[in-house]
Amino acid sequence: MAIIEARGLARTFVSRRSTVEAVRGVDLEVGDGEIVGFLGPNGAGKTTTLRMLTTLLKPTAGTAIVCGADLRRDPGNVRKRIGYVPQAIGLTAGGSDPNCLVREELKIQAKVYRVPAAEIPARMQRIIDQLELTGLDDRLCKTLSGGQRRRLDIALGLIHSPRLVFLDEPTTGLDPQSRSNLWDHIRALRADLHTTVFLTTHYLEEADALCDRVLVIDNGKIIASGSPEELKRRISGDVVTLSVTGDTAVAQNVLAADQAVREIGVEGRSLRLSVEHGEEALPGLLRALDRAGLSLTSIQLARPTLDDVFLTLTGRSLRDDSATAGQEAQAPAVAISAPASTKTS
Amino acid sequence: MTSFATDTILIFRRQLALMLRQPAWVIIGLIQPILYLVFFGPLLTKVASGSLAGFPPGNSYSFFVPGLLIQLGLFGASFVGFAIIADWRAGVIERFRVTPVNRLALLAGRVLRDALILLIQAIILVLAGLAFGLRAPLGGVLIGLAFITLVGVSLAAISYSVGLLLKSEDALAPLLNMVVVPLMLLSGIMLPMTLGPGWLQGIARATPFRYIIDAMREAFHGVYGGAIMIEGAAVAVGMAAVCIWAASRAFVRENA
Repeated sequence: MAIIEARGLARTFVSRRSTVEAVRGVDLEVGDGEIVGFLGPNGAGKTTTLRMLTTLLKPTAGTAIVCGADLRRDPGNVRKRIGYVPQAIGLTAGGSDPNCLVREELKIQAKVYRVPAAEIPARMQRIIDQLELTGLDDRLCKTLSGGQRRRLDIALGLIHSPRLVFLDEPTTGLDPQSRSNLWDHIRALRADLHTTVFLTTHYLEEADALCDRVLVIDNGKIIASGSPEELKRRISGDVVTLSVTGDTAVAQNVLAADQAVREIGVEGRSLRLSVEHGEEALPGLLRALDRAGLSLTSIQLARPTLDDVFLTLTGRSLRDDSATAGQEAQAPAVAISAPASTKTS
Repeated sequence: MTSFATDTILIFRRQLALMLRQPAWVIIGLIQPILYLVFFGPLLTKVASGSLAGFPPGNSYSFFVPGLLIQLGLFGASFVGFAIIADWRAGVIERFRVTPVNRLALLAGRVLRDALILLIQAIILVLAGLAFGLRAPLGGVLIGLAFITLVGVSLAAISYSVGLLLKSEDALAPLLNMVVVPLMLLSGIMLPMTLGPGWLQGIARATPFRYIIDAMREAFHGVYGGAIMIEGAAVAVGMAAVCIWAASRAFVRENA
């Protein structure tokens, strides 16, 4: 059964000078118990879509049923049934007041979600255990580390045990350890609490690590969807770059004979191959070159990155601002599918 | 409606706890009017006793302290909008707007806290005035405090809504200065507006504080039932109604 069902959701921002179509007709369906990722660069329309689905922004067109309640006619019931964790980058932070105690924040959150007073202490304890916030109850939010603060933001979105939680850029700005730690927590939400998770991210490896299904959004439209594996394969395959001593034309012929190789480009002495299942194809390619008497000077295998995905889907590179570009650079430390290069010389 | 009441109390207590965590601000807000009381008040005693035309008869402090109360309200309550911008930036506003909390209570709880703080400051200021020689009937002082509470409610509500709409300290600061300083000058808190030329008195008549301060001064002189009092009360209540209405629109609207 679908827990989110959106049809033609659109949002146009009109200002005196210009009209911006932030989201142009999004159709999406999320099943009960799924972890679905909304992947796209900054400004693609991820947050705008999320803000519409969470009743923060009125759609200019389209409809959606969220947790059984109509977004337009019954936003009150949508609010009761969902949890929402705002993004903690850009203009606004993740929702906790820097000058409040962790305990106070959890308590007032439980109260505004109408959790019965008698149940509040148990709920607080459970969420504190679940998100490893033990011992932080009496700390001011501003004294928490980035990872702790983010876990608190998530705890606030979960205090009323919603069936569905929206996480906007849950790990952006965190260091690699905190990020992979948070990934474990997000996985546990479904495993332990059977919560459906809808998250946005601009990290392919995050979508890869967490999501059953990924929706790629750009310029306000969903341009691809599927499991992370499907998406990566369909989008660009792995890239093998190698250089040989000897005739590159011969090498090109030898390699083209391999079934896994989809495309070959030559630049000087190096060849750039688009290969399906690169890590499995690699031994075969090496043997083939060996048999032809060509010796390698270098070889590199790279998995597709978000940039490759976008390049292939949109014909241009990922639009991104400098702040997130910096964060992107530190991501590969824990990334499962980040440019995991094998280099031999 | 019950959710409005319970949520208002919830937000009020949260905001009060936040304020009490840094009680120094309550005192800092009092410094400016206390300085005026100490360094400017004594000058006024001489001017008033010199039978300058326009000064009401009687104790000069019962003329001056109501003015300081208005000043306290103008500079205290008008600037709360900065706090809502900080809240918005922390994501607190959005976080609550996604919950089933009554959105109007997000405003009402805050305004209630600010009105209470202003009332406490006003009481301290009146007590300081007594030490300097203010003599006014208790009933009059209570009426004055009621007025200042209404002023606090109005200004805090409008300041929050403007802060929430602008979402920028850089825009709010000059805007407040542009509005608050003329309002203060035209209310005649230092000297009676009747000293001024006709055109100045005319402009002052177009601002609400001109009426409120006259009514407060009457109250401090022990006159409760006159036309000035009715006028002042009507203006204060009307201003509060308009400000709350405008502010609530900013808080309950669908998109923010």
